Amino acid sequence: MRAMVYRGPYQVRVEDKDVPAIEHPNDAIVRVTLAAICGSDLHLYHGLMPDTRVGHTFGHEFIGVVEQVGPSVQNLAVGDRVMVPFNVFCGSCWFCARGLYSNCHNVNPNATAVGGIYGYSHTTGGYDGGQSQYVRVPFADVGPTKIPEWMHDEDAVVLTDAAATGYFGAQLGEIAEGDTVVVLGAGPVGLIAAQSSWLMGAGRVIVVDHLEERLEKARTMAYAETLDYDELDDVVVELKKQTDYLGADVVIEAVGAEADGNFLQQVTGTKLKLQGGSPVALNWAIDGVRKGGTVSVVGAYGPIPNAVKFGDALNKGLTLRMNQTPVKRQWPRMFEHVRNGHLTPREVVTHRFPLEHIAEAYHVFSSKLDGCIKPLILPDAA
Amino acid sequence: MSESDIPSAYVRDKRTPPPSREELRARIPGWGVDLDPADRPSYPRLQYPADTGAHWDFPERQPGSEGREHSIEHAFVTPVFGTAQPLRGPSGAIRRYAYRRFSEGRLAHWLLLVVGDRVDAWEHHLQSFVSGRPDVPASGVRTESTHGGVRSRRGRSDVRHQLLDPVVVTGPWVAGAGVVVLGVRRLLRAVRG
Repeated sequence: MRAMVYRGPYQVRVEDKDVPAIEHPNDAIVRVTLAAICGSDLHLYHGLMPDTRVGHTFGHEFIGVVEQVGPSVQNLAVGDRVMVPFNVFCGSCWFCARGLYSNCHNVNPNATAVGGIYGYSHTTGGYDGGQSQYVRVPFADVGPTKIPEWMHDEDAVVLTDAAATGYFGAQLGEIAEGDTVVVLGAGPVGLIAAQSSWLMGAGRVIVVDHLEERLEKARTMAYAETLDYDELDDVVVELKKQTDYLGADVVIEAVGAEADGNFLQQVTGTKLKLQGGSPVALNWAIDGVRKGGTVSVVGAYGPIPNAVKFGDALNKGLTLRMNQTPVKRQWPRMFEHVRNGHLTPREVVTHRFPLEHIAEAYHVFSSKLDGCIKPLILPDAA
Repeated sequence: MSESDIPSAYVRDKRTPPPSREELRARIPGWGVDLDPADRPSYPRLQYPADTGAHWDFPERQPGSEGREHSIEHAFVTPVFGTAQPLRGPSGAIRRYAYRRFSEGRLAHWLLLVVGDRVDAWEHHLQSFVSGRPDVPASGVRTESTHGGVRSRRGRSDVRHQLLDPVVVTGPWVAGAGVVVLGVRRLLRAVRG
């Protein structure tokens, strides 16, 4: 089969690999019909995530058709069209039994601090991902869901992570009616977080980014006010002015470990790798939220420490909430919202690349060329 | 500044009330449909799902866990695990030491894994030079011409640090080439006496 392969920082290509095999009785093999590159894949691509091995196939956002099932699989059959949450999870450990699917303890031998994720280094379990023609899906009775007949494939693939994470991020903000919500980052997660904030009763939603095409999308897709931090001397001061010097009631950090906006943090964090990425957005969130407010963090960070302004968070009495998204838990309610048109995941998609052009897709997305917000990967396109 | 101009932060209530429900519902599709926290799937944080699909208490163990690296904060290799890219070569030895010696709570664990990553990359780069498909310092750069490299960056503040990318990406390759050249020169001098 053909699969995306990591060759080292800033280097990916397509190679022939063996089709994955059933390795556990509850495995399924899924033929991938559509995949996506996530912003967090760029952390791997840039060499920021420890234990990213040469030969690894990335990709934790994918949908496909069940090609083969293990002997204990009961809920799926060959030929089913399925969407697969980015989490690998068992459904039965202490954490899964309490709904914390993203914190499953039975699927990632390499670390206890993070659950299993497809195609996201050995730090999350060493599973090859879905930017390929076939992928091994463990716990087939637990993770995948059959794609509803009415659902568009591009909605389905974005729901496997980005959209679910945006919706989850708004929930972590514990939004109350009339709250002013600031969303940092107008990528796919931030855009859905902004849409979701309205569903939870926000009175005002402000999205911060510096790429005009993303801010435009925030205005048209999420009905949000926008701030371009490139045009501001100090984004935190602007947020204070915008909120009558209170600060936002809720800030959703939807950027993660490669935030722009501070040259020193960018260079030390993402170029020289002297810290675990650049936590600029997280620090803006802490400084931009009001005292006693809530910061929701759904931007992805790795295990290496960052220079975060924890003292400000303490002294402001903030509630900091965060997690990897337990995707499947979000789906039943999200499906209603998508069907009703209240959430529009596929609106974030801007580019579609054949798998054979994976290197080009990564470069365009990484460098944010051509207005790229969300690139999809078509495994069988020429 | 008159008293009525004093910002909200300094008085009891917000000066500007949020728009009414009716106004928001008219403007925003679906406004407030998840207003009640009970309708939000992750509220409360801990829930006990009736059926996750699991029909086991502890999953059957995947074969092949013998010798597989695992965090020493785990009691054992988890019952299911990834089998992609098993440890091998010098990078594998570094990574195995990181897993065996240091917990996830120790920075040394992660820094050794990063060192292992870089060694891994160079093992494969060197192998690629004797293969029919040598690695290049950056892949996909031709999209700079096909996808508006200059146009897309116009006016963006991140261009300042993106200027460092060529140095960050090609620097190790230039340094590696320098080491090879110096080594070959020394070798030739030694051979010539």
